[in-house]
Amino acid sequence: MSTVSLPTLTAKDLASDQEVRWCPGCGDYSILAQMKKALAGVGIPREKIVFISGIGCSSRFPYYMNTYGMHTIHGRAPTFATGLKVFRPDLSVWVITGDGDGLSIGGNHLIHAIRRNVDIKIILFNNEIYGLTKGQYSPTSRQGTRTKSSPLGSVEHPLRPLSIAIGAEATFVARTIDVDINHLTSILKRASEHKGTAFVEIYQNCKIFNDGVFDYATDKSVKADNTLYLEHGKPLIFGKDRNKGIRLHNLDPEVVTLDGGVSVDDLLIHDERAEEPSLAYLLSRMVYPRFPECMGVFRCIRRPTYEEQVNSQIEETIRTKGKGKLEELFASDDTWVVK
Amino acid sequence: MSVSPVESESAGQQKQHHRIEELESVTIRFAGDSGDGMQLAGTQFTNASAVLGNDVSTLPDFPAEIRAPAGTLAGVSGFQVHFSSRDIHTPGDRLNALVAMNPAALKTNLKDLEPNGILIINSDAFGKNDLQKAGYTSNPLEDGSLKNYRVITIPINTLNRQAVAEVKMSPREVDRCKNFFALGVVYWLYERPLEATLRWIREKFAKNPAVMEANTRSLKAGYNYGETAELLPVHYRVPPASIKPGTYRKITGNEALAIGLVSATTLAEIPLVYATYPITPASDILHFLAGMKRYGVRTIQAEDEIAAIGMAIGASFGGAMGVTGSSGPGICLKAEATGLAVMTELPVVIIDVQRGGPSTGLPTKTEQADLLLAMYGRNGECPVAVVAPCSPADCFTMAFEAVRLAIRYMTPVIYLSDGYLANGAEPWRIPKVEDLPRIKVTHPTQPNSNGNGSAKFLPYKRDERLVREWAVPGTPGLEHRIGGLEKEDVTGNVSYDPQNHEHMVRTRAQKIANIANDIPELEVFGPKSGDLLVVGWGGTYGAIVTAVERAQRKGYSVAHAHLRYLNPMPKNTEQVLKSYKKVLVPELNCGQLRLLLRGIYFVDAIGLNKIQGKPFLVSEIEDKIAEILAK
Repeated sequence: MSTVSLPTLTAKDLASDQEVRWCPGCGDYSILAQMKKALAGVGIPREKIVFISGIGCSSRFPYYMNTYGMHTIHGRAPTFATGLKVFRPDLSVWVITGDGDGLSIGGNHLIHAIRRNVDIKIILFNNEIYGLTKGQYSPTSRQGTRTKSSPLGSVEHPLRPLSIAIGAEATFVARTIDVDINHLTSILKRASEHKGTAFVEIYQNCKIFNDGVFDYATDKSVKADNTLYLEHGKPLIFGKDRNKGIRLHNLDPEVVTLDGGVSVDDLLIHDERAEEPSLAYLLSRMVYPRFPECMGVFRCIRRPTYEEQVNSQIEETIRTKGKGKLEELFASDDTWVVK
Repeated sequence: MSVSPVESESAGQQKQHHRIEELESVTIRFAGDSGDGMQLAGTQFTNASAVLGNDVSTLPDFPAEIRAPAGTLAGVSGFQVHFSSRDIHTPGDRLNALVAMNPAALKTNLKDLEPNGILIINSDAFGKNDLQKAGYTSNPLEDGSLKNYRVITIPINTLNRQAVAEVKMSPREVDRCKNFFALGVVYWLYERPLEATLRWIREKFAKNPAVMEANTRSLKAGYNYGETAELLPVHYRVPPASIKPGTYRKITGNEALAIGLVSATTLAEIPLVYATYPITPASDILHFLAGMKRYGVRTIQAEDEIAAIGMAIGASFGGAMGVTGSSGPGICLKAEATGLAVMTELPVVIIDVQRGGPSTGLPTKTEQADLLLAMYGRNGECPVAVVAPCSPADCFTMAFEAVRLAIRYMTPVIYLSDGYLANGAEPWRIPKVEDLPRIKVTHPTQPNSNGNGSAKFLPYKRDERLVREWAVPGTPGLEHRIGGLEKEDVTGNVSYDPQNHEHMVRTRAQKIANIANDIPELEVFGPKSGDLLVVGWGGTYGAIVTAVERAQRKGYSVAHAHLRYLNPMPKNTEQVLKSYKKVLVPELNCGQLRLLLRGIYFVDAIGLNKIQGKPFLVSEIEDKIAEILAK
């Protein structure tokens, strides 16, 4: 028996008194439910949790959590989270963003928060569409997507959120899907436990403006063939019959069938702790229909966090030079006395 | 060496006793190429004069380019120092002496030198090429065009090379010491002690003994040269000023601001988080604060201007004093986040060190054209408190005020400094720590309502001043959400109700208006009523106060009032404005305060407007006063 009794929260304790106002059938409901479930299980007191969001459908999220929260301005949530976390390392700070908020208007802040490795959890709800402004294409919409602002199909090449995060030197990168509730919960828990910026992309269905865009990864009849669930130290195997895998051919991945000619030993082994991000990046580039899309933790390494370093410089200076006194500060230049 | 029009003995002759003449005030400018170290020479001269007990006021003037092509007019950098045995408020209108290190410096600065003024020229820099680069077709040292000045030509490069010949350094490094040679000459001319500068050289170059030795030799050689060569038959003394007793130091506006922020937050016992993106002329604030880790200051060099204010507001949400600093272009980018801080009613201090605009404008020059931006530059009805320091040392006091008002009223406070205040220096009477105010910070720990029998925290419940409570994350039982959507009164829940919106807009405005109960009344210098009131704000204080004093001595019925609180303005502002027949508003813009005074108080104010990237000369204001009162 443990001698310390941690406060045990239930998912219900984490629900605010506000009516949830997403569209019926929206993937956000599931993410909200799994977030409450995940956080109820990690032992962080409610008052130590802060949700910070930008603008968009996903960004209403903080209003529905009975924690501290701030619904900020479009794309800038990581900046508020950084300013808070830099002197409040005691808090568990979560950024809720979307594909438009995080990768279009807020792309700059996203990459710099990740680069600094601030100990915040960035959850990007990717529905490949602008929902709150009623259905324009987003920076993750597939080329050819027909929307109100792209009636003949979008000509823009989409961004891959995880490739961006890895390119920005992320220490934790993962992907999951709104409807795969057990996997979603486990990934949110992993993110919560990570020390440093945790970047999680969640495939999220927009019922109204982009319904079914992730069916290939969620439909029971095909998903096993179109997704690959990553496990650290395990070979990259997928498929309904678990008979397909990913092998490296020169510098590129290729799908192989495990038969007489190819064995498990020929397959890539997943290593989320690899210091070099090359493998994780390669996985982030695997896109349906040519490849199964990877789910799970792509990368999880330890690097000092931003606030650890900022605060240790301060502590070290105070330790070696003493705490500053205002009298010394005032006299930090030549002084003279007038009588 | 030649001295004209006064003849002098040659350097080799036996030293004579020099005549010493006492002066009340002197204005001198060091001018040279931006690589010539003129800012450093000027700063050191200011220090030496301040330590001697003079009142000082400075005006650095440097190009936006880090190194414009050497020798060109665009690359000229200047540093003006006004030092006096009287209480002074400006860096001086006309120069009594000018140091010109090259033809370009001579050409761009000569117009400011008074007739018969002292002109010290580095004759080694007046070759054919140098003259050509500055656009001279004939050599001004030979063509008689300088005959109305007391010209002292010195081959500074040559003499400096001789002085440091024994120090092992590259020729390039040797020539870099020549500013200290020139400085030494000027120290002799105005009888300044060398000690403070020698100590500075020792500390600055402690790790580079050769450079330390060379600069020391250059400075002393310049001084001795002045004395031995008898550059002028007279040299000057400016006695100490009789200023208020106390311990003083020299301080620039940006230093005073940084120290003010640290002092206010240290005494309030809350962490200071300063987030900013580098921009001229505000970057020095970051440099100063980044060096104050012993005081627990956290500085963040953000990825952009928007990030910087987001970080500051995020810090304030967590219970720190979040501060961001920038100049006009950056303040434009911060507008949306400023609105969020208005809506979420969180304290944040937003520093705008104004520079010439619009757009990139004149990055290194001063202007006061962001007043209306500070007042109204946001979407929606979005009032914030606005304060403006009036002198470099006042930047300390107003930094304290900005922090105090932000915390006491849970609001953004925009702090309008400018390039002139930020880089200009004056003596600062060091306050006693025990005399400084303690800003009270309260974070609630208990719910503030007991509706329906269950204790609850209502984030938008207000006190009698209409201020909400500052509950911070980590406090059990006070979990709440805030954001940019309109808030329901009291609960802070999202609300689109029309009546509630109007109520909240008016409440936020009234909260800012209530600050008028908490700030000092507008002070009047001069008669309490009369013919003319001169009203200023910000960095024009020194020029206005000096001009008004002079006009008063001439017998004019004129008074001066200076607004350091722009929103809200002091309660007695209207009464003061209406006690005079006429009101004059000098501003370094096209009339922004005048527009406010006319709009708010229906006062038919007259404008005096200058938009040249330079501060007012005292004479410009003096002339305008005379013109108005002559009618």
